[in-house]
Amino acid sequence: MRIPLRKSQALFCKGTNRPPWLVPLPFSGLVSVKAMGAHVRKLGIRAIFAVRVVRVVNRLSRLLGRGEGTVIGGRVGLAIDSQLLRKLAKGRQIVLVSGTNGKTTTTALLREGWGGDVVSNVTGANMPAGHVAALVTSASTRVVLEVDEAWLVKVIRDTEPAVVVLLNLSRDQLDRANEVRQVAQRWRDGFSDLFNGVSAGVVVANANDPLVVYAAEVAPRVRWCAVMNWWTEDAVSCPVCTQPITYEGTWTCSGQGEESEFLSWHCSSCDFSPPTTVEAMMSTKAHVGSQSLVLDLQIPGSFNESNALIALEALAVLGVDFHEGLERMRQLRSVAGRFELRTWRGRTWRLMLAKNPAGFESLFHLVEGSKHDLVVAINANVADGHDPSWLYDAHFERLRGRRVWCSGERKLDLATRLYYADVEFGVSSEEELAANLSSSDPIDVIANYTAFASWYERSSPC
Amino acid sequence: MLKIATIFPELLGTYGDGGNGLVLLQRAKKRGLDVSLHSVGIGDALIDADLYLLGGGEDGPQQQATEALRRDGSLAKRLDDGAHIFAVCAGLQILGTSFAVHGGNSARGLEFVDAESVRSAQRSVGDLVVDVDGHELVGFENHGGQTHLGPDVRPLGTVRRGFGNDGRVDGFRTTVMTATYSHGPVLALNPWLADALLAASLRIELEPLASVADDLYEQRRRALRV
Repeated sequence: MRIPLRKSQALFCKGTNRPPWLVPLPFSGLVSVKAMGAHVRKLGIRAIFAVRVVRVVNRLSRLLGRGEGTVIGGRVGLAIDSQLLRKLAKGRQIVLVSGTNGKTTTTALLREGWGGDVVSNVTGANMPAGHVAALVTSASTRVVLEVDEAWLVKVIRDTEPAVVVLLNLSRDQLDRANEVRQVAQRWRDGFSDLFNGVSAGVVVANANDPLVVYAAEVAPRVRWCAVMNWWTEDAVSCPVCTQPITYEGTWTCSGQGEESEFLSWHCSSCDFSPPTTVEAMMSTKAHVGSQSLVLDLQIPGSFNESNALIALEALAVLGVDFHEGLERMRQLRSVAGRFELRTWRGRTWRLMLAKNPAGFESLFHLVEGSKHDLVVAINANVADGHDPSWLYDAHFERLRGRRVWCSGERKLDLATRLYYADVEFGVSSEEELAANLSSSDPIDVIANYTAFASWYERSSPC
Repeated sequence: MLKIATIFPELLGTYGDGGNGLVLLQRAKKRGLDVSLHSVGIGDALIDADLYLLGGGEDGPQQQATEALRRDGSLAKRLDDGAHIFAVCAGLQILGTSFAVHGGNSARGLEFVDAESVRSAQRSVGDLVVDVDGHELVGFENHGGQTHLGPDVRPLGTVRRGFGNDGRVDGFRTTVMTATYSHGPVLALNPWLADALLAASLRIELEPLASVADDLYEQRRRALRV
């Protein structure tokens, strides 16, 4: 199995929607253990030393311009005290968010929706080093952490969260469908052990993703949310008996309260099927318990409505009022640059991130119906996965009827994919792109991980 | 009418392997040829096709696919009748005599080719470049296998970069079988190979088809030049 690398170097500070180098350094908070008050004093000498080192290393790393300094400091801290995450987590109310797509956005929605002082790994560094780095910055008792799928079981064990949010599982970069299944299996094995012993936490899980259901159904306290799942191709066969899973209906709804049809699923052979009791459901409106309403978020897309609904259900577990939580979530306009309007070369661009077939599928639905030129930017660096074969797993055929401009280091791979998909395309250098486009602003840009970072860097806020 | 069939895409369809069928279909269609692309699901009988495609997959699905093809029994006869097969990665191993599976065991292949696959000391992940009769095949491999060909089996080509079967040669070819460790849409990266397969299946010479795929091929060759 590959070591997950994609978020080892996080790119943005989400809370501010500014790149890290523009975020003022909270100088005193970084060097003073006192800032964490009583919480730190309970840690013990080794951990207090580790916390100091994490802060100094992170600050040095930032000053030297070696990235954002959230991973390196955390690593050093864990090397000094392997129990540091456990110690830092103690006595706090923690929400963990995991799954292939939507972690960062859902984490941001939870942070907004919870309100008050919430600690979070806003840089997107979602492995234990990143969690440690986030927790040393504040003693707040409210914590929301996004967690890499491969690390989830360990992080649950260390942090004993109040809520674990499970969004979806699908192939990511080079990962094979079967590796996704291994993740589901590891979650399931871990959950049956953890939630029946170590953690008293509640799992809030997507009832429409068979792999998530397979993983979560063993936990004793699960609140199921029937939200959208555009991507079913990694759960073609049943995780219990390997026979085909039957899907009925299709998602036809797109956001803002339009009519929708529901995808339902069941195993064609054994009795593996969606949970019968659902706490929250996405249809024309969002339904939570007996309440229903239009979510009316500022961030676009039905997938974000689904993320918000799951986040609201998670907050309900923590006793947050549904309406108040939603009102706060509505303030969120972009997440780490995603969905943000930016200017560059005299034009306005709406930046969107997708890094795997399921992510592209969601964004294809979002941009569907428009005839405007679209920019798709593809790189194949370490954080993206070196092999862009997955372009053939994503249904670029959906973009027929509009012109797609190919950008990024692997623009020819994308152009070839579009050629075979019978989609009209243009290949252009980034420099010439603004002049080549014929549509009016804003221009939608869908980019994978490092390509997104380049687009963010070259553009400025509107 | 050329019929192309992707075998068990739900078991052997990782890394965008479905792209190979799409590329063949489109390159034939864009030349105005009569062509159709089908997929054979697990549990379905193998359809009569002129060109079969086998993709990559993990140990379990690979074994499941092999057993299903053995039970069906018609693939060997189709090849005897002149149909072609193009196999990548796990698909390559399936056509051989045996391959390694979970727990250090070995599974019986379809035995169409004298090629034994074992577990390699380390996983081969990265770019793969193979010399094939004056052409360079450019691709990407991600597998843990090592394949030993029998003395009478001709490899697809000589490895210039990457590992392939054993660090020296990659894949194999017979009059009707072509196989490589280069996974995924290798035919999208190598239009010449897609056309060679089409020409062999149709038994005709093809008109050239210039496209952006040629630019991609040249760019990858330059990028991977050894």
